[in-house]
Amino acid sequence: MIRFTHVTKTYPRTGTAVQDVSLHLRKGEFAFLTGPSGAGKTTLLRMVYMEERPTVGEVQVSGTSSLEATKRDVARLRRKLGIVFQDFRLLENRTAEQNVAFALECTGAAPATIAPRVARVLGQVGLSSKGTAYPRELSGGEQQRVAIARALVNDPFVLLADEPTGNLDDRATRGIFQLLREINAAGTAVLMATHNLELIRRNDFRTIEMNRGSVVYDSAEHAPPQEALEL
Amino acid sequence: MRSLRDAFITFRRSPLLSVLSVTTIAFSLFAFGLFGLVALNIRQALDKLEDRVEIRAFVAEGTPSDLVDGAAADIETFPEVQSARLVTQAEALARAKRELGEFRDVFEGALLPASIDIKLKPGSRDPATVKKVAARVQAYAFLNDVRYGEEWISKLYRLRNIASIAGVVLGLAFAAVAVIIIGATIRMAVMSRAQEISIMRLVGATDSYIRRPFLLEGFAKGVAGGLLALLLTWIATLLINRYIVETSFFDQRTAALGLLFGAMIGLIGSAVSVGRHLRSV
Repeated sequence: MIRFTHVTKTYPRTGTAVQDVSLHLRKGEFAFLTGPSGAGKTTLLRMVYMEERPTVGEVQVSGTSSLEATKRDVARLRRKLGIVFQDFRLLENRTAEQNVAFALECTGAAPATIAPRVARVLGQVGLSSKGTAYPRELSGGEQQRVAIARALVNDPFVLLADEPTGNLDDRATRGIFQLLREINAAGTAVLMATHNLELIRRNDFRTIEMNRGSVVYDSAEHAPPQEALEL
Repeated sequence: MRSLRDAFITFRRSPLLSVLSVTTIAFSLFAFGLFGLVALNIRQALDKLEDRVEIRAFVAEGTPSDLVDGAAADIETFPEVQSARLVTQAEALARAKRELGEFRDVFEGALLPASIDIKLKPGSRDPATVKKVAARVQAYAFLNDVRYGEEWISKLYRLRNIASIAGVVLGLAFAAVAVIIIGATIRMAVMSRAQEISIMRLVGATDSYIRRPFLLEGFAKGVAGGLLALLLTWIATLLINRYIVETSFFDQRTAALGLLFGAMIGLIGSAVSVGRHLRSV
């Protein structure tokens, strides 16, 4: 479903961000992507939604290849992906409902279908009663839920989450993580970049660890090295 | 339809920025319009002066009138000639008296020669053509004295050329300034929605979808700015007419062209700004 084949990404000014990475994320899988800051996690995720193209190698996402995808192909692909960030990226001048509806509006959904789909997905993230609230009126955890609702509203096959709990306290983190697990249980694959080793240790999901641009450990291939989880 | 609604919603969400853009466009076009008015009025003044370009061929005394009539009719068929009118001795005297005002008694009892006054068609009033026609007229033996103010005409033409060149150069400069200012304003509007654009891209909106409301918005702002500029220019004309000097306003076609210019600047400015933004993110 998502396949990296000997992918290297080099920037002219800052050098190599990702170095010869090959990996495969299967349908419905949950995987943590971890490693220190600057390890290349975000670049890897950006290559999944084709914001970046590899300098060498190929990324294939649900039949779209980084080698030949046009801008239009990339737009089409993103409609099947859900993307969530640490900083939520909500539009401040729109309510929770409007933020979620925005993703449908600008991908050409039939107007009549928008309201029920928004209501359903806000229910799914536990925010049915806060649809008319503006982001500033919501807690960090709630804002992230709105962002997740926006990511889910197009029924993606995979949710890409870049440090989704990075700005949240423990309680909110647990809530968001629980939500991601539920989403995964419903069939959506989740690729979650995180620094939170506690979260990784407590949950028995596939873990991909990166360092200096390379994948140094992938639990799908090896037994976990002790030092990797005791950083 | 959705783009139209989006453009309208944008206006509602950030009315201040929209009003600012429209005002900037309006004032840039207003400056351009004022310059246009000055150019237009100078041009009209010169045209009026040019209207007075004529060739006067004096008739030798004792020439039979049928010969003179024939010559006048003949001259009128020249392609450059608009009219050739015979002015009799009596008429010449009356005209001289009229034109000289308080010195009219100088002409008491004087005899002035009859003449054929030749008016040229617009576009045939340049020094070279005037000279050519004068030479042809001089071919009639009884029209040996042909005058047309050679020096005056060439001065008028020099002035006209200078005015035209200055008009084009200054006009281009004004237009360039308007385009730059308007472009910057539109860029500001695009930047203020950078986050929205980046989210649109993340959720899979195509570039053309993202671009559309901006183009519509730019077009609408251009039209609104153009209308406001026309209104301001019109008010300026009224004030100048009342307090300073009689001036004329743009005709409908020029006004429509000005409006179209505003709309195009709005549209193209938006297209360039959004295009640049989409390429840079």
